[in-house]
Amino acid sequence: MHKKIYSISFTIICMLCSFITIAQDSTANKKVEMASAMRSNGKIYVVVTVLVIILSGLAFYVARLDRKISKMEKEMK
Amino acid sequence: MLRKNWWKILSVACLLYAFIAGFLGGVPVKPILNETIRNLYFHVAMWFCMMIYFIVSVVYSVKYLRNNNQVSDIYALEYAKTGILFGVLGLVTGSVWAKYTWGSFWSNDPKQLGAAIALLIYFAYLVLRNSITDFDKQARIGAVYNIFAFAMLFPTIWIIPRIMESLHPGGMGNPAFNTKDIDARMRVIFWLGAIPGWALLGTWITTLRIRLKFLEEKKLSNA
Repeated sequence: MHKKIYSISFTIICMLCSFITIAQDSTANKKVEMASAMRSNGKIYVVVTVLVIILSGLAFYVARLDRKISKMEKEMK
Repeated sequence: MLRKNWWKILSVACLLYAFIAGFLGGVPVKPILNETIRNLYFHVAMWFCMMIYFIVSVVYSVKYLRNNNQVSDIYALEYAKTGILFGVLGLVTGSVWAKYTWGSFWSNDPKQLGAAIALLIYFAYLVLRNSITDFDKQARIGAVYNIFAFAMLFPTIWIIPRIMESLHPGGMGNPAFNTKDIDARMRVIFWLGAIPGWALLGTWITTLRIRLKFLEEKKLSNA
């Protein structure tokens, strides 16, 4: 059982490693690599969405903390 | 100001603008930097905000020494803490950025060293405060030390990195007048989005901490 898990994970790691080398090959050309290709794939929007979600989550959290402290201040008075 | 809401909404709006425009807006095409030039909106903004909070902190420390009001001491302490937080974030993000542009996480660049020394001096501010049990002494010695720590920012951050050869842009000169590295598109996002956004967010968190501290004091005096 354990052996199976090891061998599967080893295979997966090897596959991932091969991806890394492929990625390096494709960026090895001399041209300066900017995000134009990434944008045409639409993938930069994924990053933007993730960051906007994180930011709104944090803002929401701090806003709630703010409201809680305001409530406590009212109770203390 | 402490309990008004408009500037908190403004902060989030500015940050949203910086995040969205920061990733989708155009940037100068440069080798080595590539897309990491966008880090300007995040990494550099951390240092700007740290400076703002340290300035506010030292103003309140001076105020405390003049009026002996505990409120000023609380403001000075909490703004210094937020400044330290932003400074640490600036150091860590800078180190990640350096790894993929200069080749290593830490390269003993004068600006890296200067910033690290400045932060250590501010860490000592917190340690010093906590090592004193008497509240009046804590506030008084803390305020005096805070002025010293602020003064040390000038050689460590403003002067030495500028007169030495540095990997950072603007070495051997004044980065503020540098027009080669970023262009107008980036400047708009940086000054209208990133700086006010981050600065106000940090201020918001600081005011929350200050209000919490007031509550604690009140609880102590009531008990």
